[in-house]
Amino acid sequence: MKIIILGAGQVGATLAENLASEANDITVVDTDTQRLRELQDRLDIRTVEGIASYPSILKQAGADDADMLIAVTQSDEVNMVACQVAFTKFRTPTKIARVRAADYASRSSLFSKEAFPVDVIISPEQVVTDYIFRLIEHPGALQVLDFAGGRAQLVAVKAYYGGPLVGQELRYLRQHMPSVDTRVAAIFRRGRPIIPEGTTVIEADDEVFFIAATNHIRAVMSELRRLEHTYKRIIIAGGGNIGQRLAEAIETRYQVKIIDHNAERCRILSEQLNKTIVLKGDASDQDLLLDENIENTDIFISLTNKDEANIMSSMLAKRLGARKVMTLINNPAYVELVQGGEIDIAISPQQATIGGLLTHVRRGDIVNVHSLRRGAAEAIEAVAHGDETSSKVVGRAIEDIDLPEGTTIGAIVRNDEVIIAHDDVVVEADDHVIMFLIDKKRIRDVERLFQVGLTFF
Amino acid sequence: MQFRVILRILGILLMLFSFTQLPPALISIWYEDGAHSVFFLSFAVTLITGTLVWLPVYKAKHELRTRDGFVITVLFWTVLGLSGSFPFIFSDSPELTIVDSVFESVSGLTTTGATVITNLDQLPKSILFYRQQLQWLGGMGIIVLAVAVLPMLGIGGMQLYRAETPGPVKDSKLTPRITETAKALWYIYLSLTIACATSYWIAGMSLFDAIGHSFSTVAIGGFSTHDASIGYFDSVAIEYIAIVFMILAGANYALHFFAWRQRNVKLYWADPEFRFYITLLCMTVTVTVLILYFTGTYDAAQSFRTGFFEVISIATTTGYGTADFSHWPSLLPFLLFLSAFAGGCAGSTGGGLKVIRILLILKQGLREIHRLIHPNAVFQVKLGTKPIPDRVVEAVWGFFSVYMIVFVAALMALLATGIDQVTAWSAVGACLNNLGPGLGDVAANYAGINDTAKWVLCFTMLLGRLEVFTLLVLLTPMFWRR
Repeated sequence: MKIIILGAGQVGATLAENLASEANDITVVDTDTQRLRELQDRLDIRTVEGIASYPSILKQAGADDADMLIAVTQSDEVNMVACQVAFTKFRTPTKIARVRAADYASRSSLFSKEAFPVDVIISPEQVVTDYIFRLIEHPGALQVLDFAGGRAQLVAVKAYYGGPLVGQELRYLRQHMPSVDTRVAAIFRRGRPIIPEGTTVIEADDEVFFIAATNHIRAVMSELRRLEHTYKRIIIAGGGNIGQRLAEAIETRYQVKIIDHNAERCRILSEQLNKTIVLKGDASDQDLLLDENIENTDIFISLTNKDEANIMSSMLAKRLGARKVMTLINNPAYVELVQGGEIDIAISPQQATIGGLLTHVRRGDIVNVHSLRRGAAEAIEAVAHGDETSSKVVGRAIEDIDLPEGTTIGAIVRNDEVIIAHDDVVVEADDHVIMFLIDKKRIRDVERLFQVGLTFF
Repeated sequence: MQFRVILRILGILLMLFSFTQLPPALISIWYEDGAHSVFFLSFAVTLITGTLVWLPVYKAKHELRTRDGFVITVLFWTVLGLSGSFPFIFSDSPELTIVDSVFESVSGLTTTGATVITNLDQLPKSILFYRQQLQWLGGMGIIVLAVAVLPMLGIGGMQLYRAETPGPVKDSKLTPRITETAKALWYIYLSLTIACATSYWIAGMSLFDAIGHSFSTVAIGGFSTHDASIGYFDSVAIEYIAIVFMILAGANYALHFFAWRQRNVKLYWADPEFRFYITLLCMTVTVTVLILYFTGTYDAAQSFRTGFFEVISIATTTGYGTADFSHWPSLLPFLLFLSAFAGGCAGSTGGGLKVIRILLILKQGLREIHRLIHPNAVFQVKLGTKPIPDRVVEAVWGFFSVYMIVFVAALMALLATGIDQVTAWSAVGACLNNLGPGLGDVAANYAGINDTAKWVLCFTMLLGRLEVFTLLVLLTPMFWRR
């Protein structure tokens, strides 16, 4: 596929890196020559220097025969105009734009063919914010992923001594909670995956991935560990884009304080936020944290754009008595380093966002891809199309589907109903099938599995 | 300072104002009460004065500057206060001295509603109508009226508009053109008046009383055509109509404008100032009614009826009466006076400090407390979700302090003329807040106090109507420095 990426920022570069490795022709456009050169040295891509929305620049980047345009420059306006230009001048089939401002993004009529012809609007900050929001909503979870518009969720938790199920076989779960249907999709023990079976015994410190309807999540979690109290007091360090969005999303339900060192930024935050207390200062200032009752804080979330600052302030907060700390870490090397130690949850923005971005690029009927365990595993949501003759999944019971190795089907969402996958469940057309892949390399096979045969057309 | 331009506009405004003497003259002819010559004489004198001021400078055409706006506004209200007193001076019934005439005229124009006239019921109808009409003209602001009808004031109109409109934020226009804004305000004002008059009429007032009372209700004035004020009618329906229209007139007219243009009543409740205004009124009503009932002043039904009406009347700074609240349990007169200090909303016809300022002062106080708890925190004073610039909050504090200083100064002056304490502070409070009735010797009318005190109170009423600064700015040396 020929893809033009506008903007070589963090998102643009990560996208280019992921897409280039999947044998696509990538051209990156940016105004910063230095950044472009660095990218070109590292990846097998072409770069064009210039203002991304200019028709001449787009032409130079090969817009005439491009299959896809991904506009992720700093400016919403440039992104929107670039899509407009690509549509009018070059008839580019797929146009994806990053639109941060909620004022634009919330008005979907703006992005029709008559106005700004953008096919997909992405907002990576919003994705990361939602990701953190779900973690706050489910105390104790390491990762929470939404499927089928939030009807089903996949949750990762660490099993602890004291959870009723710990030390028991998995099938005991059914007897213990007859009214709640759930399926354990995978267990990671000391970093190694185990495909769960009815006789598998859950041990303490296992990372358990289970899938269930959204309203059952809490009940299942209580089986694996002593249930934590709902969070109340939250401190956010870093009032950038994500910090602000997160505070906006949670300030009505939690007591939120947000720390930023920039006076001007603090002023803007205090204007935008209504209940949050905006503090001007350094998140690694011990006196400030003590003044603000860090020892009674339920979660300390570090969201500045400096990994090191995030890690240090989180460790300090933990040492001073914060019950739980979450840290935003961009550098993948650090993530493995810190999670599970002083820092309870490390959040990698790339992994939270790139999966969602890639779904738009992928073929077939895959609607959702999430990275799990820092990219070691993936969860996929795919729609089954066609009928018994054209599809390899429709009309078959789950035990009869020829799944690639290391793949399990966790659940099926049919209309509004969440059906937990047992061997005898038959897949129907238009079902959303949620799968769990221990090995990321198998994703091609899954794509192929869901492709509809020619007879469908 | 461009004195020629100022004089020219002053002349035009005076000529315009002279025509307001004609409706009472017509009323006088209609009722044959014999006062029509008084109004024709006043009309002639005002018109000639205006022409004499205007003629020598009629060619002076420059754009108005901010300073000119202050001078014109202050001069105009002063001159108008004086020329508005002509009918009282010329008239035989009532027989008034010059100071009483000016007091009555200024009290009318500033929508205070303090009167020196007794035996209202025996006066010629035309004089009664004239008093009501003065209040109506003063309510929305006579200059706003002029801006609306005189297109030639269009360019400099903003300077005048700013000097006259009440509230902390002066630059908000409803429409891009100042003339249109002024017109919109007067249309709303007129519609409210018509609605109010019709309601009164249906509820049983005579047409004359209905129109007269609608004038003073919507202007938040408080003049009545009867000595017993609204109590004369002894009608529950009329009292509730008055309550509704007093509350409406005490709300921000910009709110009326947007609610009407967008056909959306929900806008009212979305406005933080309006919410606070209603909350304050409700709280005061509740406290008053409970105290009236539990002290045995009235029975339950009467406590509610009288308490409700009096609180709304005093708190919006109208000053109608159905009972003499000065004889209520001693907390209540004080509480009611205090609520008059809050007054109406910004951009309303009500007086007082304006509810929005009280709200901002409270929020600012709260912010200081929060700052003590979180020394590093950054707090903004907000109305609803809208942040208020610190500059405005500062200005509100400045206004508040100057208001209090003016209050104390006028109180001293009144005490110096030999008036007792309760009378003095209530008179100053009632005049500065454009309320009307006071306590002690001025509970019913102001006829009994000495002349010096009346002059002081005239000045206080003007200060209150022009929100202190517009008038005080003329007294600073810096203003006159070139």
